[in-house]
Amino acid sequence: MTVAEVVFYLLALLSVIAAVGVVTVPNVVHAALFLILSLLGVAGFYILLSSEFLALVQVLIYGGAVATIILFGLMLTGGRDLPAVGPGAQWPLALLVSGALVVLLLTAVLNTTWPRDAGEMTLISINTLGSVLFREWLLPFELASLVLLVALIGAVVISSQEERES
Amino acid sequence: MQALFENYLAVLLAAGTGCILVITAIIGAKLLAPYSPNREKATPYECGMLPIGRVRTQIHVRYYVYAILFLIFDVEAVFLFPWAVSLVQAGEVALYSMIVFILILGFGLGYAWKKGALEWK
Amino acid sequence: MALVLWGLFGVDMNVWLDAFLRLQLIVIVMTVTVMALIYVERKFVGRIQMRLGPMRTGPYGTLQSVADAVKLLTKEDLRPATADFWLFELAPYVTFVPVFMTLLALPFMEDWGVRDLQLGLFYIVAVSGVTVIGYIMAGWASDNKYALLGAVRSAAQLISYEIPLILAVLAVSMVAGSLNLNDIILQQDTIPNALLQPLPFLILLTATLAELSRRPFDIPIGESEVVGGPWVEYSGIRWSIIFALTEYAGLWGMAVLGSLVFLGGWEFPFGTSGFWGDFDFLYQMALVFAKSSFLILTMMLISATFPRLRIDQLMAFCWKILLPFGFLQIVINGIVLMYLDSEVTRDIALFATSGALLVAMAYVTYLATRQPSREARVAAMVAARSIQ
Repeated sequence: MTVAEVVFYLLALLSVIAAVGVVTVPNVVHAALFLILSLLGVAGFYILLSSEFLALVQVLIYGGAVATIILFGLMLTGGRDLPAVGPGAQWPLALLVSGALVVLLLTAVLNTTWPRDAGEMTLISINTLGSVLFREWLLPFELASLVLLVALIGAVVISSQEERES
Repeated sequence: MQALFENYLAVLLAAGTGCILVITAIIGAKLLAPYSPNREKATPYECGMLPIGRVRTQIHVRYYVYAILFLIFDVEAVFLFPWAVSLVQAGEVALYSMIVFILILGFGLGYAWKKGALEWK
Repeated sequence: MALVLWGLFGVDMNVWLDAFLRLQLIVIVMTVTVMALIYVERKFVGRIQMRLGPMRTGPYGTLQSVADAVKLLTKEDLRPATADFWLFELAPYVTFVPVFMTLLALPFMEDWGVRDLQLGLFYIVAVSGVTVIGYIMAGWASDNKYALLGAVRSAAQLISYEIPLILAVLAVSMVAGSLNLNDIILQQDTIPNALLQPLPFLILLTATLAELSRRPFDIPIGESEVVGGPWVEYSGIRWSIIFALTEYAGLWGMAVLGSLVFLGGWEFPFGTSGFWGDFDFLYQMALVFAKSSFLILTMMLISATFPRLRIDQLMAFCWKILLPFGFLQIVINGIVLMYLDSEVTRDIALFATSGALLVAMAYVTYLATRQPSREARVAAMVAARSIQ
């Protein structure tokens, strides 16, 4: 086993345990923190895939912004007072959907030819990334700004409604 | 690849070192500090008053709006990082597309501003 | 035995040993610096307030930090009965470890940092952002009204001021054309970035004060409002890990970052090929030390002399002034760098535009904060009386 493999299995263990924690712990705030831990573990995988930029994006977005949004969202609804919920009436439906998802993912994983060695990967510098992004993927990039704009306006509208009600 | 991986092994090591530092300090305190718990000491601190009721963990919606705004500008910053270092290489198109991008989000910020979402009332 | 084991794993053992030793050095320097900074701040603030500061412990009170450390180590460690055990215990780790991790990317001397990351600047910004989770964890776990209030306030403040910080850092990386800290420093051999980009430099200083919750941005931990904010229930060693260690290590890290990125670090003004041959690192160390000390003392001076902002002023300043001007700076930098090829005209243009923006921002801030004239206030008071 190489160090990379050891690190990979450790990270995988961390991410999977945290992911299981998300769905099994009764306390929602604990679940949210497990989710963030799991997402930060994914940042480690990006490093193993030699994508430094993506790993740091993962830490910046999920470790900072999304974490705050989830925790604020829980506190907005009164996280501590929420009762611990077990499986509700919709559990057969949920089982069906998650089962379908598992099948889909497994098919995708099994049908992809994965590169065997890390040696096949090339390191892409951030300069190359930038010039490719702004030459070939210009339209998706501009569309991203519209998506963000919609999110922003939605947040403002919803909050001003809440302000009026309270 | 190898250099990158080794650099981030050091990052992992740094995280471990930081944790060990904290653990050492806490264990040191466990050994040295007195320990005599009682009921008064274990109540939440409220400037000497007895706390009334539980903490109501419901915060105002404006915190959430700031968090959403932060997420949006954070995502924009993610695009800005590769743009900033490859600007001259990528040429004029990159410059103007980013100006349009910033203008669109600037419009969003202006909308939030006008709607009073940035006011702290 | 250990050697054979690591050898099997395929990474040269020296890599581990090297990283480990460098980190240990950082730990030692950090601890000493934090203790020194606590003493310096108490003395400095004391002199500003016409006091002597600590005088009793050791000559001129120099052993005060040691005495503090012993006291905090031997203090009883309390936890409220209703607190959430795990989150309460883990919050100090989540707060401190990211700050410690950012120190890894700083090149303190030429060729001497723990690791020279290709995206060092981005790494520092991204990792230091994780601290906010620790604040929320502590505030939520304490089961205390002030702690929760302080936690959401500090989270709102930390996330808000992170964006101007990112924009300031981006403006510099545009000028340097790189996110690698060594590249950015080497490119400042004649003119430091603080001259080319005065507005981002100011934004960085302001955002640093806010990120560290120092006065005038100490609303989340203000004693007279929320009695210590998220950390109100923490005592003894946990409190000192958060307050002393995290806060002052963060101050040190950010000051070194500012001195490297904006003040030219070890490169300006002597260049890397110095006069002492093998002992060049001595003057490089002295340069970084002097520049970061200057920044730390500036921040301490601001902290000691400015009153605390109100929370609405704090948020408005970030979102309505720093953020738009930060974006304006980025766009103008883009235009200047795209169309001006000659280095001299480029530098002049960068200085002129950024300086003009700085003046504009100062004027807008003045317009937004100025008091109405005495006559207008008197008239308003008279009008209010007559209504009664």
